[in-house]
Amino acid sequence: MTAFDQASAALATFTPVRSKGQRWRRRYGIATLGATIILAWLLIALACPYLTSYSPDAVDVSLRLRPPSAMHWLGTDELGRDVLTRLLYGSRISLVTGFAVVILGAAFGTLVGGIAAFMRGRGEELIMRLTDLVLCFPPIILALAIAAALGIGTMNTIIAMLVVWWPKFARLAHSLVLVQRSQEYVEAAVVIGLKPMRILARHIIPNAVGPLIVLVTLDLGNAIITFAGLSFLGLGVVPPTPEWGSMVAEGRELVEQWWVAAFPGFAILSVVLGFNFLGDGVRDWLDPKARQR
Amino acid sequence: MPDMRAPAPPSTIAATPVLAVSDLRTQFFTDSGVVRAVDGVSFTVGSGETLGIVGESGSGKSVTAQSLMRLLEEPARIVSGSILFQGRDVLAMSHAELRKLRGAGMAMVFQDPMTSLNPVLRIARQVVETMVAHGSFGEKEATERGVKLLGRMGITTPKRAINSYPHQFSGGMRQRVALAMGMSNEPALLIADEPTTALDVTIQAQILELLRELNRDFGTAIVLISHDLGVIAGLCSRVLVMYAGEIVEEGPAEAILSHPKHPYSWALVNAVPRLDREPVAGKKLTAIEGAPPDPLSVTRGCRFAPRCPFRIERCAEHPELLEIGIARKSRCWVTQAGVGLDTPAPAPSPLRDRAKPPQTLSREQRDQEIDPSPLLEVKGLVKHFALPKRGFLEPYRHVHAVDGVDLTVKRGETVGLVGESGCGKSTLARLILRIHRPDAGSILFEGNEIAQAAPAAIRPLRRRLQMVFQDPYASLNSRMTVAQILEEPLRFHGLATTSTECRERIAELLETVRLDPKSGARYPHEFSGGQRQRISIARALAVKPNFIVADEPISALDVNIQAQILNLLLGLQEELGLTYLFIAHDLSVVRHISDRVVVLYLGKVAEVAPAKDLFAAPLHPYTRYLISALPIPDASIERRRERLRLAGEPPSAVDPPSGCRFRTRCPLAERICAEIPPPLIEHGQGHFAACHFPGKF
Repeated sequence: MTAFDQASAALATFTPVRSKGQRWRRRYGIATLGATIILAWLLIALACPYLTSYSPDAVDVSLRLRPPSAMHWLGTDELGRDVLTRLLYGSRISLVTGFAVVILGAAFGTLVGGIAAFMRGRGEELIMRLTDLVLCFPPIILALAIAAALGIGTMNTIIAMLVVWWPKFARLAHSLVLVQRSQEYVEAAVVIGLKPMRILARHIIPNAVGPLIVLVTLDLGNAIITFAGLSFLGLGVVPPTPEWGSMVAEGRELVEQWWVAAFPGFAILSVVLGFNFLGDGVRDWLDPKARQR
Repeated sequence: MPDMRAPAPPSTIAATPVLAVSDLRTQFFTDSGVVRAVDGVSFTVGSGETLGIVGESGSGKSVTAQSLMRLLEEPARIVSGSILFQGRDVLAMSHAELRKLRGAGMAMVFQDPMTSLNPVLRIARQVVETMVAHGSFGEKEATERGVKLLGRMGITTPKRAINSYPHQFSGGMRQRVALAMGMSNEPALLIADEPTTALDVTIQAQILELLRELNRDFGTAIVLISHDLGVIAGLCSRVLVMYAGEIVEEGPAEAILSHPKHPYSWALVNAVPRLDREPVAGKKLTAIEGAPPDPLSVTRGCRFAPRCPFRIERCAEHPELLEIGIARKSRCWVTQAGVGLDTPAPAPSPLRDRAKPPQTLSREQRDQEIDPSPLLEVKGLVKHFALPKRGFLEPYRHVHAVDGVDLTVKRGETVGLVGESGCGKSTLARLILRIHRPDAGSILFEGNEIAQAAPAAIRPLRRRLQMVFQDPYASLNSRMTVAQILEEPLRFHGLATTSTECRERIAELLETVRLDPKSGARYPHEFSGGQRQRISIARALAVKPNFIVADEPISALDVNIQAQILNLLLGLQEELGLTYLFIAHDLSVVRHISDRVVVLYLGKVAEVAPAKDLFAAPLHPYTRYLISALPIPDASIERRRERLRLAGEPPSAVDPPSGCRFRTRCPLAERICAEIPPPLIEHGQGHFAACHFPGKF
């Protein structure tokens, strides 16, 4: 037997070379689950008037606090409103506020942090210390204070959340741009003669954007839960509006009628989990080293 | 230190080798297939012997070393073979036995002294731990012994050193600490995996000297893994050459280095320019084409055959490693048949057999070539970098990166710039390219003063002034395709406006650097290091520059690829009439490629001379040390060489010595050296040195 044959024989006993599909499932299986959950909620938010025959605000005191039944799948609340209907409509507010806060916060934060890292010097110092200043306050408390000062309302709550939301993106963008700035390919772009804005846009940002996208995805769940939290505390939406956080608040003393608080709680849980699964998948996908393996 | 010498081994052990490896196979079971990293390797190490393992990256030499200590983790597995350490089977050992073996019987020193020590533990803790863990010493004894060991390893104040943290040491010092840890239990075998690769030449020489002493004084057998034949030549008595997971040649160091009997060893020996002799065929180095085989695929024939200039028909069969002389083995049909490799078939010159690319010299550039005025004139260039303040009220401290450098580059010549890390050579390059703005001094490029010019004013000049970077992995934007990378400078400088023009020019550029013209659609990560460096060169050439600053363009590459890239740069110079400022820490490469050489030390020029004169008769003591520290890949010369040992490390550039910067390490230093900085004075035809006692050493 030659050495070659021996080696071939050793190889024959081992066949864990996974197919492309198997590898994909192992890496992105959980992310696909997350994406499916998010997609389902997005579709529900768009199509909710067609999914239920009830109106989210229709009060019927005679039907208050009925347990789940064929008529009302998830029961009714204290005012006799259909919990399922309110749950479906509630997805609109949650998703809209979540996306609004994170996308606006990320855009503003990235811009501020990126510019700070690119200009260096006193301006950088000023911007980053301002960022630190905002980060000094406990975010929920600060958002609560601002929302309370501005008054109840979806818009005001979003503004309050934005104030506390951007600094983490500014910090991340700042460090990402700083790392990329000193890379040799950026120096090569300088040597070619490219103008600073072009270097920032064409070279630095595409290489720095990966971790930002991951943070955005992971943070959407966080924003939704924070908004629900503020609504739970009585800020956020104006009362009749269906919103998961306020629905949980309405049901919090109804121990016997568990369905009033439990189902909106599950809804929050599913969205947050969905975004977290998706975020993990995005992180793997954007990491070229993990992808090659 | 006689108390630390290992007792003479009983004669029974002396008869059995310290280490006997037979038919070792280590494979990585990855998702995309089985990588046969080590594929049937057998060798022995006698007690007190020094064995070198050479090969390029991916040849399996490090995996072999890790297999010896069973340091590998999934997906790597040792699938077959045996490793006998002092007669005991390492592969059959339990984890407890293995722990006893590691550190006590066999010790290992790794390549990167920056990461092989734990940064949060004091040196004392780490050195003592190794001894206490093996039960050979109590805590107190171990500490005393640790201090002694550090002293033995050449650390000047071991009592203070043992209470420091790793970050307080330089790379060379950390490697000494790592060696102290390795030697603390007096192992029978020390495995050193590229121990000097991350170090400067003068420090490398110190560490190699130390290894030699350890081998002599303690009788420790050493397995030294390196890609550098010079390093192997000076230390090892026997050498294994590895290629694609196999040993392709085995024999005494002298014999392999002077008369290699495998085409791959032959290529390794001939690919490196040498200090002690002129290149045979002009300036072209012998570079074998191509790259090592894909580790996933299994070839039936000789693994080196596709790149081999000596290939014969029989190479389609897989050769065995057979005896071809006294203590010499080779895995090659050609040499087994008794044919020598000493009269090489001329290596195919990549430049000769291809059509010259179309007219690349414009009239304007030709005219300038006749112009006798220097292309680049740097005078009194200074750059200090501010360090972060230690406290709010503390003053800023500055790194004196470049501290008054004068430099002239004439048209069409190659100026080599050498110096140890931290001497300011990369900063100087970045100042000339105006990536950084100098604090003082002038830079005249083609008669234009650019030292303080605004970015907009320099932009048009960038067309003539380009740079090739060190790290082929960091210097290309990984989110752009090769075509996009090359298109950017073309479009920006208006050298190509339509997309057809761009495509043609990109194909032409890729062909100029010997890459497939169709590879433009691929991303950088799909290329190897050498190919990426070619892309980087193509990007610099895109704007048709006449001056290229190359910042260590080959130091991240394997020797063979180095030779390919050097040949490419030399060919391009001939073809396009380029002028180079070539930065390197490897003196033999600089000597090979340069017309004139500038030696930098701590931000100042120590010596400037035509390459030949500098190496024949260096005037500055620092230059002499640098030349002496460089190992020569010939064991007989290397052993006979009288070695000058430069003690200590370069002082900090934050607080450089007064007067002459080199005086703290210079054996000639007198009072005047501390008081007056020596001016750079011409001592011979074009030979300048900044020393009060030039040539006295």
